Amino acid sequence: MTQMMYRDALRTALAEEMRRDPRVFVIGEEVGRYGGAYAVTKGLFEEFGAERVVDTPISEASTVGLGVGAAVMGLRPVVELMYVDFVGLAGDQVANQMAKLRYMTGGQVKVPMVLRTQGGTGRSAGAQHSQSLEAWLVHIPGLRVVMPATPADAKGLLKSAIRSDDPVVFIEHKALYALKGEVPEGEHLVALGQARVAREGDEVSIVAYSRMVHFALEAAETLGREGIRAEVIDLRSLSPLDLGTVLTSVRKTHRAIVVSEAHKTCGFSAELSARITEEAFSELEAPVARVAAQDVPVPATHLEKLSIPSPEQIAAAARTLRRSQ
Amino acid sequence: MGLLRTMLRIREFEDRVAESYLRGMTAGSMFHLSVGEEAAAAGAGAAMEAGDCFTTHHRGHGIFLARGADPGRMFAEVFGRREGYCAGKGGSMHIADIALGHMGANAIVGANIPISLGGGFAMRYLKTGKASVAFFGDGALNQGVLYESLNMAALWKLPILFAVVNNQYGMGTRIDKASATSRFVERAETFGVRGAQADGMDVEAVWQAAGDLLAHCRGGGGPAFLIADCYRFYGHGRKDPSPYRTKEEEESWRRRDPIERQKRRLMEAGLLSEESHAALIAEVTREMEAAVAWAAQGSMPEPADLFRHVYA
Repeated sequence: MTQMMYRDALRTALAEEMRRDPRVFVIGEEVGRYGGAYAVTKGLFEEFGAERVVDTPISEASTVGLGVGAAVMGLRPVVELMYVDFVGLAGDQVANQMAKLRYMTGGQVKVPMVLRTQGGTGRSAGAQHSQSLEAWLVHIPGLRVVMPATPADAKGLLKSAIRSDDPVVFIEHKALYALKGEVPEGEHLVALGQARVAREGDEVSIVAYSRMVHFALEAAETLGREGIRAEVIDLRSLSPLDLGTVLTSVRKTHRAIVVSEAHKTCGFSAELSARITEEAFSELEAPVARVAAQDVPVPATHLEKLSIPSPEQIAAAARTLRRSQ
Repeated sequence: MGLLRTMLRIREFEDRVAESYLRGMTAGSMFHLSVGEEAAAAGAGAAMEAGDCFTTHHRGHGIFLARGADPGRMFAEVFGRREGYCAGKGGSMHIADIALGHMGANAIVGANIPISLGGGFAMRYLKTGKASVAFFGDGALNQGVLYESLNMAALWKLPILFAVVNNQYGMGTRIDKASATSRFVERAETFGVRGAQADGMDVEAVWQAAGDLLAHCRGGGGPAFLIADCYRFYGHGRKDPSPYRTKEEEESWRRRDPIERQKRRLMEAGLLSEESHAALIAEVTREMEAAVAWAAQGSMPEPADLFRHVYA
């Protein structure tokens, strides 16, 4: 185990996989000489050179398409999309090409690429650099969508994503890059599609992913001091979704809160709430509660914080649920 | 002779797709025939090598036939059968065969271009010495990804041929109603890409031009751009009577039929007689008849196939 930051864990995963497999290469805007907009790829250019750490022009659609074509021809591209907000620029390549080529060709081709990107609020970056667009991506069959919350998972999930034969959209969180945590050294793989119980409890289940896991843990800590035992589930991947772990928790606690930094309307929180209700309605003491972002563009001022869930809102939702029998 | 045979096979194939549709044999109605464009497909296809990879646009049957496709498996795909190239799940607009280097036909105009950019990137990364070819229509000439990809291909000197099958119409919009200028070769050259224009109704002209450009690509000279001017003899889709163009215009292009032209050329050179021509026609007819019959006996996908191939 080593203490390292989320961004260093990601870089370690990239470097280890590039050393292991010469077909793995990194491509995107500012990934080389600059070292990545959030310094994730810093040093890779020096170790692996311009052939395997490729700086691109600002041409997101063709860069993602390049990744798709290279993956079809046997390489394992890790394409960096600087902000998930830019996914619209590459929308066709992501939704119609990367996701569907395998199906449309009757399984002839694999598209083993990773689209690394980052989203979320936390830097007052404004409405075009702060979104949580995972629902757009999870909605498309053929894509895998992974959203790590901790340095250990950042490393283990990225290594698994690179080894996956499916196209994986790997969404990091801009406010987590400096987060420190224990990270296993060397071969540390976290399978895609396995949720993690981040804190045990038996009175209310709080289901979250990415940065909201930390907000949920903070809420659970507060609730614990009040005598409310909350369980926190970190989904880690949204596709494949480990609904089993969620349902096991809900069958124990009989109350569920789903938390997401994305807008509430048609967000992933809506999907989770529906799934829990469909699968475990009779177990529930109360309707599933959703704590999600306001349906407004993210403002670039201190109002940003008001647009997303807070630990206090999560705790308040838990208190309300606990009162309902 | 080989080029003529390829063109005849393409036309026969396309006409039998149309006929099969009328007989209710096709899985759907979304197919786009390339009759009139045979010289572009056959010429460029013949200039390519085994190991080259390519993508096509939605009107790609001819190109794939020119690259060695089995017409039976193509018909099976158009008929939605499991024996088709894509197990029936892709259909006419998504035919692919990775073994023949075909990374896939694409139904989003221009979207195959960046995929071929990736093919070219892989050809060089893996040091294969082979080239990547993106085939697309004039409709894609005003898509942004073309210019992104031209720039990146030129920036990194990737072995990619951008091959435009210019049939004069993007669906119903004539090229001069869609493009501010017709200086397409110049557009490519602006990126430092070697460009050429070829008479797309002359199969040997296309073959020559594509061969020269591919040699440039493979020799490390970077990407190239070819525009082959031809004509779509039929409508955009099966039910398009083409009211947006005149009968005179259609007639003037039909008089330049690439198959007739190559036939005359071979006959004038003494390489083809009426008898050998008739024999060739008969051979192609038999081949396509047999291909349709084989495909029609193919099996329909099972309900469980619905869920196969979504993930690896």
